[in-house]
Amino acid sequence: MLKYIVKRILLAIVTIWAVATITFFLMNLVPGGPFLSEKAISPQATAALEAKYGLDKPLMQRYTTYMWDALHGDFGDSLKQRGRTVMDIIGRQFPVSARLGGVSVLVALIVGVPLGCVAALKRGKFTDSFISVVATCGIAVPSFVICTVLMYFFGVKLRWFPTMGLTTWKHFIMPVMALSFYPTAYIMRLMRSSMLDVLGQDYMRTAKAKGLSGFVSLFKHALRNAILPVITYVGPMLAYTVTGSFVVEKIFTIPGLGGEFIRAINGRDYTLIMGTTIFLATLIIVMNVVVDILYKIVDPRIKLK
Amino acid sequence: MKENPLSFHLNLKPEDFLPATEEEKQSQVIMRESVSFWKDGMRRLLKNKVAMVSAAVILIVMIFSFIVPAFYPYTYDYQIKGANNLKPMEYSAEEMARIEAGEDVFPHLLGTDKMGRDYAIRVMMGSRISLLVGLIATCIILVIGSTYGSIAAFCGGWVDIIMMRIVDIIYTVPDILLIVLLSFALKAPLQALAQLPGFGWIQTVGENLISIFVVFALLYWVGMARMVRSQVLMLKESEYVTAARALGVSSGKIIKNHLLTNCIGTLIVTTTLQIPSSIFTESFLSFLGMGVAVPLPSLGSLASDAINGMNTNPHLLFIPAIVISLIILSFNLLGDGLRDAFDPKLKN
Repeated sequence: MLKYIVKRILLAIVTIWAVATITFFLMNLVPGGPFLSEKAISPQATAALEAKYGLDKPLMQRYTTYMWDALHGDFGDSLKQRGRTVMDIIGRQFPVSARLGGVSVLVALIVGVPLGCVAALKRGKFTDSFISVVATCGIAVPSFVICTVLMYFFGVKLRWFPTMGLTTWKHFIMPVMALSFYPTAYIMRLMRSSMLDVLGQDYMRTAKAKGLSGFVSLFKHALRNAILPVITYVGPMLAYTVTGSFVVEKIFTIPGLGGEFIRAINGRDYTLIMGTTIFLATLIIVMNVVVDILYKIVDPRIKLK
Repeated sequence: MKENPLSFHLNLKPEDFLPATEEEKQSQVIMRESVSFWKDGMRRLLKNKVAMVSAAVILIVMIFSFIVPAFYPYTYDYQIKGANNLKPMEYSAEEMARIEAGEDVFPHLLGTDKMGRDYAIRVMMGSRISLLVGLIATCIILVIGSTYGSIAAFCGGWVDIIMMRIVDIIYTVPDILLIVLLSFALKAPLQALAQLPGFGWIQTVGENLISIFVVFALLYWVGMARMVRSQVLMLKESEYVTAARALGVSSGKIIKNHLLTNCIGTLIVTTTLQIPSSIFTESFLSFLGMGVAVPLPSLGSLASDAINGMNTNPHLLFIPAIVISLIILSFNLLGDGLRDAFDPKLKN
C-alpha cells in the first residue's frame, strides 16, 4: 500500500514538472511579449521593464530561476497587472470558480445518483427508458449549446434569471445548470450500470434470503457498492469543474480562473500563465491521485500493484 | 399373432424401408453454414434498431455536407447584396424583383446571416468541417495509439514500463490548458510556414485547425494506446504468434499482420466512440474562437457568431447547435451498437 502511494505521488510530481516545463517553453514560443501591446512606451522603457522582470536573460537561465523560485512557493508578480502577485490573482479568482464548480458537482450528485438508482431498479420499465434516453442525449450535447439555450429561454425570453455576473443566488442557477448537465447525465449512466451489476450479485440474494427489507438491503448493501465507480469519476470531474469552465465563464461573463487564463495568454503575461497552469494542473493531478488511493482503501477487492 | 404390450418388438412395415425423400434429408442436416465473427457481429448490428437509425442519420448528414453543397446554388462565402439577416424562406428586395420578372430564385431555406451569406450552405459546410476534423483527428489517434500500444505490449519488460509511464503522465495532463496554449504557440510558426511555396494550403485550412490536429496527435492517443496494449498483451500469448515467431517473422510484421488485425473489433469500436469526442473538442475550440480560419464555417464557430444576435435571430444559433448535438448523439449510439455487436464479452 505504502509503496503504491509513494509511486503515485512520485509520478504526480513528475507530471506537474513536465506540465510546467512544457508550458514554459511553449509560452515562450508564442511571439510577442508582455510589453509590446502597450501604447506610448519607448524602447528604453521596454528594455528597462524586461530587465526588471529578468526577461532579457537567456531562456534556460530564466527557466532555472523560475523553477527554483516556484519550488520555494514564489510565483512572481504579474507582468500586466502591476503590483499584484500571481498568488493574489489566483486567490481572488479561484474562489469564484470553486464555488460555482462545487455547487455544480453537488447538484450533479444529488440528481444523478438517485435517478441512476431508480433507472436500475425499474429496469426495462418506462422510467428506465426515459432516464436512459435523457442521459444519452445529455452526454451528446456540448456545453456551449446548453449554455446558449438556457440563456435564450430563461435569460432573454422569460427574463427569470440574470445573464451576467455572479453575485446573488439567482446568478448561480443558469451557470450551475449548464455546468452540471454533462456530469449529471454521466453519473446517471454510471450509477445505472453499476447498480444493475450489484443487484445481480450473490450477496444481494443472500440479503434477501436473510429476510432483510428491501430498503435496508438497498441502502446498506447495494448502494455502498454501486457508488464506487461514481467516486472515481467525481474526483477528477470535481477538479475540472472547480478549475473553471472556459465556455461557461465566457458566456455568462463570470470573473473566474478560466477566463483569467485566456486573458493571460492573450496578454503574454508569462508569470500569470505559469502560475495558473501549475495551480490548475496540480489541483487536477492531486485530485486524481487522492481518488485512486481512496478507491483502493474503500474497495478492498482491488489488488494493489 | 397377439402383441405383448410389454414387448420392445418394433412393428415395421415395408414402407419404412423406402429411400428418404429430399425433404426428410434436409431436416436431418444439422450442419449450419459456419458463421464468421464478422457475419455474426453484422447480424447483431443489423438487428439493433437504435444503431441502424443512427447510422442512417450519419449517412444523411454526410450526404448533406459532402454531396449537396456541390449542387447548391449558393456558396458558403458569397455575400448576397442586400440580403442580410433574412428569416428562413425570405427573399431580399432585389430577389423579389427578380421573382416578379419571372426568374426562378432558389429560396434561402434557413435564411441568411448578418453578412448576407446563405445560412443553409454555411451549416452544411460547417458540418463538413466538423465531420472532417472528427474523422481526420480520429485517424491520427488511431494510427499513433495503436502503434504505440502494440509496441509497448509486444516488447514488454522495461520498454513497456517506460512507455506506459509516459502514457500515465500524458493521461493526467490537463488537456484544455495545453490545447489553448498550443493553439496560441503554433500559430506563428505555421503562419511562417504558410508563406513558403507548397504550403499555401495552410492558410485556407487555418493555422488553428492544424494546431487542433497537433494537439490530438500529442494528447488524445493515450486512451487508444491503453486499449490496444491490453488487447495485445492477451493476444501475444496465442499459439499463432509463437508459430509466427518460430518461422522467423519479424516483430513489426507480427504486430501488423497478426496482433493488430486480431484486435480490429476493439479498434473499430474505440474509433467510432472517439469520433464524437473529437467533434466535441473541435466545436468547443471553435466556439472559443480557436478553431477554423474565418471564412470557413464550423458548427462551433457558427453558434459562437450567432450568440450576439440571439434576440433577433435565434434560429441562427439553434440550427448549428441542433446539428452538432445530432451528429455527436448518432455517433455515440452507433458506437454503443457496434460495441454490443462486436465485443465478445458482451454476447448474450
